[in-house]
Amino acid sequence: MTNKITLRSDNMMMGLFALAILTMPIWLMPIGASYPDLMQKFAIFGIFAIGFNILFGLTGYLSFGHAAFLGVGSYTAVWSFKLLSMNVVPAVIFAVIVAGAFSFLIGFISLRRSGIYFSILTLAFAQMSYNLAYSVLTPITNGETGLQLAKSDPRVIDGLFVEAGAGIPSTNFFGIPMSGYSGFYFCAVLLIIGFYISLRITRSPFGMMLKAIKSNQNRMSYTGLNTRPYALTAFVISGMYAGLAGSLLAVTDPLAGAERMQWTASGEVVLMTILGGVGTLLGPMLGAVIIKYFENIFSAFNETLLNNIFSFLPEGLQEVVVSVVGLFVGEGWHLTLGILFMIIVIYLPGGLVEGAQRIRDFVGRKRQKKTSEAHQPQIAE
Amino acid sequence: MDTFALQLLNGLDKGGAYALIALGLTLIFGTLGVVNFAHGALFMLGAFCAVTVQKILTISVKVKDESITFFEAYKEVPYLETWFGETGAAIIDYSVPISILVAIPIMLLIGLVMERGLIQRFYKRTHAEQILVTFGLAIVLQELVKANFGANPIPTPAPEAVAGSANIGEWLGLGSTVVYPWWRLIYLAFAGVVIAAVFSFLQFTTFGMVVRAGMQDRETVGLLGIDIQRRFSIVFGLAAVVAGLAGVMYTPILPPDYHMGMDFLVLSFVVVVVGGMGSLGGAVAAGFLLGILQSFASMNEVKSILPGIDQIIIYLVAVVILLVRPRGLLGRKGVMES
Repeated sequence: MTNKITLRSDNMMMGLFALAILTMPIWLMPIGASYPDLMQKFAIFGIFAIGFNILFGLTGYLSFGHAAFLGVGSYTAVWSFKLLSMNVVPAVIFAVIVAGAFSFLIGFISLRRSGIYFSILTLAFAQMSYNLAYSVLTPITNGETGLQLAKSDPRVIDGLFVEAGAGIPSTNFFGIPMSGYSGFYFCAVLLIIGFYISLRITRSPFGMMLKAIKSNQNRMSYTGLNTRPYALTAFVISGMYAGLAGSLLAVTDPLAGAERMQWTASGEVVLMTILGGVGTLLGPMLGAVIIKYFENIFSAFNETLLNNIFSFLPEGLQEVVVSVVGLFVGEGWHLTLGILFMIIVIYLPGGLVEGAQRIRDFVGRKRQKKTSEAHQPQIAE
Repeated sequence: MDTFALQLLNGLDKGGAYALIALGLTLIFGTLGVVNFAHGALFMLGAFCAVTVQKILTISVKVKDESITFFEAYKEVPYLETWFGETGAAIIDYSVPISILVAIPIMLLIGLVMERGLIQRFYKRTHAEQILVTFGLAIVLQELVKANFGANPIPTPAPEAVAGSANIGEWLGLGSTVVYPWWRLIYLAFAGVVIAAVFSFLQFTTFGMVVRAGMQDRETVGLLGIDIQRRFSIVFGLAAVVAGLAGVMYTPILPPDYHMGMDFLVLSFVVVVVGGMGSLGGAVAAGFLLGILQSFASMNEVKSILPGIDQIIIYLVAVVILLVRPRGLLGRKGVMES
């Protein structure tokens, strides 16, 4: 990296990031992704991935159980809607607190091991939570049906101020309903705050410590430093991000199901982080947007649509092309995802951000060569 | 006593499957040092070998149904039956055992291709990257199977002759309440045979001796002029065969679907960790142990004391083992102990 990191460049990046997020409805228009539901997903999974990156990217611990915190966040938020108020503020706050406490417990145990053992421990805890949510904890999680709002919920705080309406009330932010664009902007603002926090963590001495743990934990221990509190803090922070993301999922759609905690969901956030670029600031956000965007686009394809697209081809060829392409879209979207993921891990372990860096370096080197060639004769003279 | 014996048996066959998958996993880890998240997918591919064989054997032709005389009726009769009559029907009936013969070369081939094509690029990379790329591969394999065979479980019955239950209780003098499906008994025996075969292969052949030496000290074996890499690649193929066979034989117990591999993978990993990374004996012992524990935990008596214990017992054991004895039950000292 040639460009220096200064407070000014950081502020600049922050400003650009905030601008890019807030103007998403405008610049996503041409690619047909500017409707609030999808952009909300971008923001929510962006938060999830940014938080995950603090653990995996900075500290180097690969957790396969982060979906558990997402699930806990969702459940907490829905319970807050049920018991306290349809206002989203307490829901989000409680979700972050509960997910943080939960991740503290799991992190405290899991972080006693590192490497692959850590991955398996977190996986084991996540699977335990998932299995329990499906079976014994049904009174809390409502099992397979998923936790839903009901008209008979107490909603203590809401009850103090307004009379209960006829139907099930919708989530709101001090009266502003959390659907459509207002829902998106709520998520977007939290995303920007989350990004800012992760930026500050990365640049802080604490972030430096995390990077040191990643690069050589043994050496850190030999210098007499106890690394575990730092790693645990990183774990809890990323758990809180996951809880926040989970609560936002519940804000946009007040329903929580156990399948959010399954380990394939944990795998998804790993994919996002890797695809974008592990350990980079923008990478996880980028990965989340790309995966959610293509998931949305690709799953929408079906055979008729494909036939329309390839109708310019001769008949026999059209059938062949449609059947081959059909493997990768619609239901087969996960196949595309798997292949893409493998390619990234094999050829570009640093993700798309590294790819962009390489291209920039390549172009930069060419230009440098040119200028140095131009200078050369003068020096020779 | 009866229920005790029954639960023990119930645990053993599931434990057999865990042990077989975990054996392959730990073999790969011990030789190549690779953490293979696609191993569950190999198990699934084995199961779908059986499905494919069954499908091929039952390719049918439409013939006129003579038993219905009121109108023209047709029924599907497999070619094999029309050609060979009774013998053909018997062959179809025994499609699962026949699949074993088919699955061995296919799984060996898949294993070798996978190792040469993908895994060998990842020897020097970190464990995290190995996990990630094999995870991606597992998704790809799973989705390919889903695209070909659909998302629903496909029933693949055991041969008629062993479809019923064995009256184990009377053999052991426990009363006739203890009955046990024949196929599960066969599975247990089969798992025992495969495990014995793998161990004796490693213990009593020159090839196995070299592999064991390579597991101890790869560099020295290489310095002695032995192409250890080639042998380890073959070991990978072998591990794929073991996982595949476990899958083939498991089909009558659990109708295969595309995500069975993932379900078993997580558990098998736990088994490997409990047994000790790279320890073959540990993987087998832990496989059976956890299978049995799981089956005891699902007894009603236990569940009434500790609700939900049957869902989490395996993970709970893994957590305790990892914290108390990080190298696993039978793990070698110093191997992945951090």
